[in-house]
Amino acid sequence: MDKSRTSYPVSRTLYFVHRIIPGLLFLLLPLITLPIQRFPKPEFESAYTQPQTFIPTPRAEFLAYLDVFVLLISLGVVTWLVLKKRSRLWVFFMSLFSLAYFGFYREGCVCSIGSIQNVSLALFDHSFILPLSVLAFFLLPLIFTLFFGRTFCASVCPFGAIQDLVAFKPQPLGSRLNTVLGIIPYLYLGLAVLFAATGTDFIICRYDPFVGIFRFNASFGMFLFTGILLLSGVFIARPYCRFLCPYGVLLNWTSRFSLRHLSITPAECIQCRLCESSCPYDAIDYPVTDKSPESRPVMVRKMMILTLLVPFLVLIFGYAGSRMQDTLAGVDARVKLAKEVMALSRIQDAGYGMQDESFEIKAYKASGKTESQVYSEASAVLKKFYFGGWLFGGFTGLVIALLIAGRMLPVYRKDYVTNKGRCFSCARCTDYCPIKS
Amino acid sequence: MPGRREFLNTLMRGGILAALGLLSGAVIFRSRDEKSCSYGFDCSGCSRSKSCMLPAALEARQMVWQLDMTKCIQCGRCATNCVMSPSAVKCTHAFAMCGYCDLCGGYFKPGTKTLTTAAENQLCPTNALKRKFIEDPFFEYTIDEELCIGCGKCVKGCGAFGNGSLQLQVRHDRCKNCNECSIARSCPAQAFTRVPANKPSLLRGLGPELPKETAKKNQANG
Repeated sequence: MDKSRTSYPVSRTLYFVHRIIPGLLFLLLPLITLPIQRFPKPEFESAYTQPQTFIPTPRAEFLAYLDVFVLLISLGVVTWLVLKKRSRLWVFFMSLFSLAYFGFYREGCVCSIGSIQNVSLALFDHSFILPLSVLAFFLLPLIFTLFFGRTFCASVCPFGAIQDLVAFKPQPLGSRLNTVLGIIPYLYLGLAVLFAATGTDFIICRYDPFVGIFRFNASFGMFLFTGILLLSGVFIARPYCRFLCPYGVLLNWTSRFSLRHLSITPAECIQCRLCESSCPYDAIDYPVTDKSPESRPVMVRKMMILTLLVPFLVLIFGYAGSRMQDTLAGVDARVKLAKEVMALSRIQDAGYGMQDESFEIKAYKASGKTESQVYSEASAVLKKFYFGGWLFGGFTGLVIALLIAGRMLPVYRKDYVTNKGRCFSCARCTDYCPIKS
Repeated sequence: MPGRREFLNTLMRGGILAALGLLSGAVIFRSRDEKSCSYGFDCSGCSRSKSCMLPAALEARQMVWQLDMTKCIQCGRCATNCVMSPSAVKCTHAFAMCGYCDLCGGYFKPGTKTLTTAAENQLCPTNALKRKFIEDPFFEYTIDEELCIGCGKCVKGCGAFGNGSLQLQVRHDRCKNCNECSIARSCPAQAFTRVPANKPSLLRGLGPELPKETAKKNQANG
């Protein structure tokens, strides 16, 4: 209790300063809350020392480079384990380490998957500073994949590691379902780049299913999503990696041109078919020994259809994407604000007042921006989404056209081989191969 | 046949490498910190300040999230929208600015008659703001960070009626430094910005060498 309140033996001026002025201010209820030195700092007569304001420091910067170093080392180690040692067991141990370090210690942030957005934003908004460590997280796995296949996915990425742990009863999905579901990561990548480049949102981070687990802290909806992913992951191995991961798209395409890659057998394939069902990710391509299954006229017709189909789909989807401009831009805070301001001015024009102003409107009023400023900002965003919509739609059309082409054109394969694009280099199949040297 | 395929693969590999190199070059050399010179140089007298060619990314600064109180309207979303619960945003007291008022706008609910620490008088929903008698008529206000949820009620009161020494700040010992801050996304005033990790605070009123002041000066100079 405040004993001092029983008497007030101070001069009238002090009383005025400490009671009346604040009282008046209470009545006025000013909107502006900027720090103003309304009351001078008191000169204490007692031996009172003013405490220091404690400002906590962020995580030390060199630790970010330690993360890059750990990433580099683990990529190197996993690549060696996959390509040279060919040991599933050690790859598994490495995935436990990655889960512990990049997952639970670093709490999944910053990760290579999310760094796509940082790079896109930095490319289009030059006031956004991309730390070199983030750039390294984006580049290193891609470069390793370009030379050695997706060893990053094998056991450096904590997301893959946690899903690998629960893949107890993987079922083959069939090539058709794999192809159709495989379109989702392309769409996700396109949307993520679009939203990041326009400075709207980082959707990969927002809908990241595993960060919540690594931090033991997430919303109920996210936990539900994670739970469904992990439960389905028991039967569909690595559902996030195969049917959602946008970084996987980049790795898939770089891995196709990789210099070296995990091979099922270290020597000549003896077609024993032992590896056939060993891959939980349907990433082993079976031999197709029929060398020319289709006649030349059929092939010519197919090629003609494809050359027409690709530009057609690109244009159609691009146009559709540009028409989605309003829907896509509707997520952006600047566009949302412009809509609210427009609604407000309409209400005011009609001679009414707003009953409950949203925080956005309050902030807009406090910021001193003019209506036209808000509108011009929003229209600039809309314009970006118009071009972005064309690009996103065109990209989607191209992806679908290429997938159709991939299914239409014949392939020739002598042996059981890993699909260089889809293979996560987990080295499970090497254990099944009877040839050991 | 294998020869041609090999050649195409090598070509593609070179192409991808070149593309990655171009991309990272573009990203590094386009990055400029327009808001403040993160090198720590005073750019006010610099003739090149408008087109500074030093890419900020090369300086290798990590960026962290911070709340700019000049934009904040104390909507209360910091308390609810952080990925952490309780929020990593807390009220921080810049003692150097405080007027040590008896009638503290940040401590008391408007219309409080008796200025006592009774629960019904307090603005803070969690009793995180502590009031201590120093000498007549001055009171010291401290924040119990364990209790503070970052709702900003006291900040609003202090800013409206007092000096504004109570300020909301991202506490970096708690902040996970998410790639995109979930409070920043929902902040109605766009008050969240990325700041260099060596100057993580935007707290005002601590002294003359405020990071905010220099930033403002730089901004005024273009």
